[in-house]
Formats: sequence, structure tokens, C-alpha cells
Amino acid sequence: MAEVEPKQKKASGRQCCICNQRRAVLKRPKTLEQICRECFYAVFEDEIHRVIVDNQLFKPGERIAIGASGGKDSTVLAYVLSELNRRHKYGLDLFLLSVDEGITGYRDDSLETVKRNEIQYGLPLKVVSYKDLYGWTMDEIVKMIGLKNNCTFCGVFRRQALDRGAALLKVDKLVTGHNADDIAETVLLNILRGDIARLSRCTSITTGEDGPIPRCKPFKYTYEKEIVMYAYFKRLDYFSTECIYSPNAYRGFAREFIKDLERIRPRAILDIIKSGEDFRISTSTKMPEQGTCERCGYISSQI
Amino acid sequence: MACTTGVCQSGCYKEDDDEAMEFERRSESATTTTANGSASLPVKEDSDHRNLCFKCKVDEAITGDEAHLCLGCFRSSLFGKFKFSVTSHDMINPFDNILVAFSGGPSSRVVLQFVHEMQQKAQRNFDASRDRSLPVFGVGVAFIDETVISSIPSHEYEKAIQDIRLIVSSLAPPEKKLHIVPIENIYSLDSKGETSRLKELLHAIDDDTGKEDLVHHLHMMSLQKIALDNGYNKLVLGSCASRIACHVISATVKGQGYSLPADIQYVDARWEIPVVLPLRDCLIQELNMICSHDSLKIVKQLDGSGSGINVLVSSFVTLLQKENPSRERTIVRTAEKLTPFHFNRLPETDDPNNHVSSRRRHKKFNPKSNESIPSELFCPICNSPLNKVDSERLKSNLRHCETSADILGISCCSSCQFQILPKKSSSKEHFYSLLPQPMIDRAKYHISRDQDLLREQIKDFLLSEDENGT
Repeated sequence: MAEVEPKQKKASGRQCCICNQRRAVLKRPKTLEQICRECFYAVFEDEIHRVIVDNQLFKPGERIAIGASGGKDSTVLAYVLSELNRRHKYGLDLFLLSVDEGITGYRDDSLETVKRNEIQYGLPLKVVSYKDLYGWTMDEIVKMIGLKNNCTFCGVFRRQALDRGAALLKVDKLVTGHNADDIAETVLLNILRGDIARLSRCTSITTGEDGPIPRCKPFKYTYEKEIVMYAYFKRLDYFSTECIYSPNAYRGFAREFIKDLERIRPRAILDIIKSGEDFRISTSTKMPEQGTCERCGYISSQI
Repeated sequence: MACTTGVCQSGCYKEDDDEAMEFERRSESATTTTANGSASLPVKEDSDHRNLCFKCKVDEAITGDEAHLCLGCFRSSLFGKFKFSVTSHDMINPFDNILVAFSGGPSSRVVLQFVHEMQQKAQRNFDASRDRSLPVFGVGVAFIDETVISSIPSHEYEKAIQDIRLIVSSLAPPEKKLHIVPIENIYSLDSKGETSRLKELLHAIDDDTGKEDLVHHLHMMSLQKIALDNGYNKLVLGSCASRIACHVISATVKGQGYSLPADIQYVDARWEIPVVLPLRDCLIQELNMICSHDSLKIVKQLDGSGSGINVLVSSFVTLLQKENPSRERTIVRTAEKLTPFHFNRLPETDDPNNHVSSRRRHKKFNPKSNESIPSELFCPICNSPLNKVDSERLKSNLRHCETSADILGISCCSSCQFQILPKKSSSKEHFYSLLPQPMIDRAKYHISRDQDLLREQIKDFLLSEDENGT
């Protein structure tokens, strides 16, 4: 009897609260539960599987391009998606699609990571570059316009680049690694900027269904910290530097605030997304018309 | 993930709106003549020249202020905004008896001052008129005494209350009744035993933000009680655009996106005594300026230091406002584009005293009433309309509830469920017993409403009034 007690005392303080067998080695950022590695992998992967199923993101036989930057979100996305595709038999044809914006010291390094992912996960890779598509690299653009608003240019170019790459690959859908933190930031950002049109769209898990390539975000409810944790424990290969042009972005305000918020109340990130989903926009509100470019016919915000 | 939004060069209404408005205003004043009689262009900000007010061209404009008005003209423009809100939303009519909620801070001080000036003018008109057909509206002032739950030392609180008495007594004639009511009176007239009950209630809440928010709900409940008990028919709050901007962010962050539009309109008639916000378009910075210009005495903020989400949001918005002075307005403007609720307009009255012209104005600014007004279900604690998920859950689980605490549990919005209600089911009954009566009544309303709806369907087949057949 005396031998059993000390053992129990040692184990009960740090036991995984899901399986109650293995030792707890981490605190889940989303719920602060103390759990073991295996249970963390399981809940992480299972929650994403539930999101995919509940929102009917895919159909069997579809060709899916994964927007791959080499960063943690897209690396984990590629890993988890191919794993779930196998485990739950989604029947999908997966590809990696990468965009080269021409940012020296950032993109060239992260592209190397994606090339390694191609080999590690066995997913065919396609790279499209701004230079080939538009004749400009981001470095050249920033030299021209300076350090403010460069994210706007890059964003517009990237969207078209992804659509073109997706068309070249002949895929049915594009998936991106936008996580819960990204979407919460976007909701706040749109409130701060008065962008009611974007506010009404930014919490949709699938967008662009009426456009050339629909895109979806399986990580919509996945916390950034958990993605990092998953990549860390699984020792996934990813590139962890931020874009060198982003420090001046306005999004930084929202990001700092959310970090502080998460410390006080982790569920606030999901609550922001829920608020965004619950917002009802007055039908009398004037919304911008979506026009088409008079030169090439692609979508444009300018009428 | 890399950023996907930056400054929207083309579609961001706010920046364009602001610039357009500013340009219109400046070009208006550009063609007016100066005191010399010669037309002049707007004076540019130049350290060599005197910066004259655009409007009166006499006094010096306030430095650093975008509006380029002198303090006097600035004050009139703010009073003008107040009057416009009051008349276009029918907030104050001759037969009204309005209660002004006074906290001692700058925005409630200004709203009290403006209401007083309006009342004075009405009094002068009344005295001068021959037939005296329209009476002067009555004004009362309410202050909720939170001494028992405040972190501020009681002698400081007592001093603040004395200052408030002085302020209100100086705003006469016409005289205004001052109601200073301790917050624990929400339980009953006898406040002695109820102090400990209130403290126990707050102690039962773990979450700091939940605690603060519950105090806020009790505060509103107290104001409603004072208004009901003393024959007031409208409640005026000094809530300004800056506070509303903070509320927009904090409601978003707490998952209250569905009910948010209910709290930020000019009129909120879901309460027994409708609540109106005449200073909704003014910034706290502007109200502070009025207070110092008019030497209006304000009482040091009695809120105490918070520690939860509300404080975090408030410092975030302050930071953003520093970075861009139009940020608070943009936030409010965005939230204005969310659909308000049917109770965000004053109910139509058949009151013959309702002056014809005010009825016309009323119709002008109120949206058309639909034939079928959707009925909202409300959270018993915060009184916010429940979103689809919460109301579905309420409807489907209502009949499975055994105890009153169960009913409370499923009828609250998910935000109150998380931050206010106790997690352990064993503590729920006890928590329920600590709540003030109005909240319990709201929870019970759901059951009785449900019963009424069922009864409505089968009433033709019931042989007796009583369920027991007697």
C-alpha cells in the first residue's frame, strides 16, 4: 500500500485530462486543458476533420490546391490535410501551389521549404511568380511606392496569382491556411476601418463560389498557437520569419490587441469570429459594386 | 499568414466620407465675407497669422482642432447636435417627465447641462405664451450610489455625493428632483440585509469582466426602478460616441455580435422606460472641452480601476484614437450599418397630447414598421436579444427544465453563461437565489410565455379556465 501511494501522488498532478493515462506535457491554448502529446494530436486533427465535414468543404474526387508559402500555417495544413485525406478517405487529389512575390531574403528562403515539403509529403508543387505574371517583383514595387500600402498591392497580385496557378493545375478548389487569429484580426480590422462590405464576407469559410476558383479555410477555428504547437511537436519543417515589409501594416494594432486579449480570455478569439458571423448588415447599406478590369476582364474593385 | 488587407484605396467609405464632408464645410465658409466686407479664402494654419474661427470670424480658433472653430461656436455646434438628436428622435416632448442618469463624469454633466438649458428655454416660452397649452417637460436626476461595492474609500465617495447635490441644486430654476439611490436597493426597500446579498452575488462570479458587466446591468436595472417608482417616462443617458466605440469592440470580443446593434442606437425601447442617447454623436474629447469652457464641475470618475476586458478595450481604442482622431467615429459608423431591432424606435402612442408636428418628425426618422414584428427573446441577466443558436436552445430545452436555476441556465445568452453564471451545477441554485427579483422575473417570463403559446393553440378545447378542471 505504501508503495502505491507516492506513485499515484506523482502521476495525478500531471495526468492528461483526456486519456487519464499518459503524462500531461502541454496546456492547450484554446481551452487551457492539460493534455498529453497524443491526445493533442488527436483533438487538433479531429476538430479540423469536424470543420471539414460539418461545412461540407470537399467532395470525393476533387482536385485541391493548397496555398503553400512555406510558413507554419500552410505546412501544417498540407501535413494535416494529406493525413486526414488518407485516414478518413476524402478521396481528394492534393497539390501544393506556391507564389513567388520576389522578396529577397524572405520568399526565396521560404520557397526552399516548400520544395522540401513537396518531397516530404509527396504532393506535386507548382510555383507562380509575380515576375513572370506581371513583370514586377515586390522588391521593385516597394522601391517605387515605399513602405506604406505595399500589402494592398501584394494582396491584389497574390489573389490573381493563386487563381492563375489554380487554373494551370486544373483544380476545383483552393485551400489556404488562414487561422482563427487571422480571421479575428480581419473582423476587428474591418470594424476599425469602416469596411462593411468586407466585414460581411470575412467570416465565410468558403468564398468565391461564384468566381473562377472557390477557396476555403479549414483552419477557421484553429488557434495560431496550436498550429505552432503541432508543428513543434511533430517537428515539421517550416520557415518562421515574417514578411520583411509587414511591420508597418495597420493589422499590427489588431494583432497586438488580440494577443493581450488571448492572455485574459483564450476563447475571445472564437467569440470575435462568432460576432462576425452574427453581424446582420442593413440591406439598405450601399455596397461597392464589383467591376471587371477593362483590359483583361479580371475582377476589380474599380467600376 | 501575410496581410490581406491594407488601406483600401478605393472602397473605404469612411476616409472618403470624412474628406468629402470636410471639403464641403470648408468650401461653404470660403465664400462668406469677412468683417471688412471682402470675400476671403479660408485662413490656412500659419504660425504668423491669427487662426480665426470659420464661423464667426471674430474669435481665435481652437489650436489643433480640425474644425477651426472658436470655443464659443464649437459649443453651439455641439448643442446643435444634441438638439437635432432630441427633435429628430422625439426624445423630449412637452408632456414628458424625463430622468437623467448622472454619474458625475463629463458626458453626463454635459447632457444634464444641455437638458437644463432646453428646459429653461421651454419655461421662458411657457411664461411668455398666452394660452399655456403646452407644459414644460419635467426633469429628474438619478445617481446610483455604489459605495458598498466600490473600491474607492467611502469618505471620498461621500464627498462626491455632496458635490453632486450641489451641482443639481445649482441647475434651478426649473428645479430638478435628485434621486440618490444605493445600488443594493435593487433588492427591496430595506437595504440593510441586502448589502451582504449583493456582495455575495458578486463574489460568486469568478470572471472579472463578468463581475463588471453584472454591475453595469444592475446599474441599469436600478435606473429603471427609480424611473418606474417616480413616474418618469423616459431615461436619458449621456453615452457618447467614444463610449459607444468601446462598446462596439468589447461586445464583438465577447461574442455579442448579434445583440450589439440594440445598444448603440439613439433609442432603446426594449426597457419598460425607454432609454435615449442624445449625445451619441459627440466624442468624449469634445465633451471635456465643453466642461472646461463652461467651467462645469465634474466629479472624479467613481468607476474605480477595472482589470478585465473592458479596460483592455478602452486602452486599445484610446491608442487607436491617438493614431487617428477619426477612429472612434469610424467604429461607430461601421456599427451603425448593422441592422437595428424593432425596439430601437419609440413605440407609437395614441396619446392625444402627442403634438402633431412631433409625430411628423417621429415618422421621418423612424423606419417603417413591418406588419409582422419578429419577437425577440431576451437574456434575463443582460436583457440582450438572443441570437438564433441561443434562442433555439432555449426553445428546445425549456420543457425539460426541472428547477428555476435550470431555466436561468438555458435562457441566458452564451456570453452571460460563460462570464457570469457559475460553472459548477451545484452552485447554480444558490446563485439563482442571490439574483434580484427583476432578473428572476425575466427568466420566469419564458416559461409563462411558452405556456401562453401552448394554451393559445388549444384554448377552444379547454372546458375550464383552470388546468385542474375546477
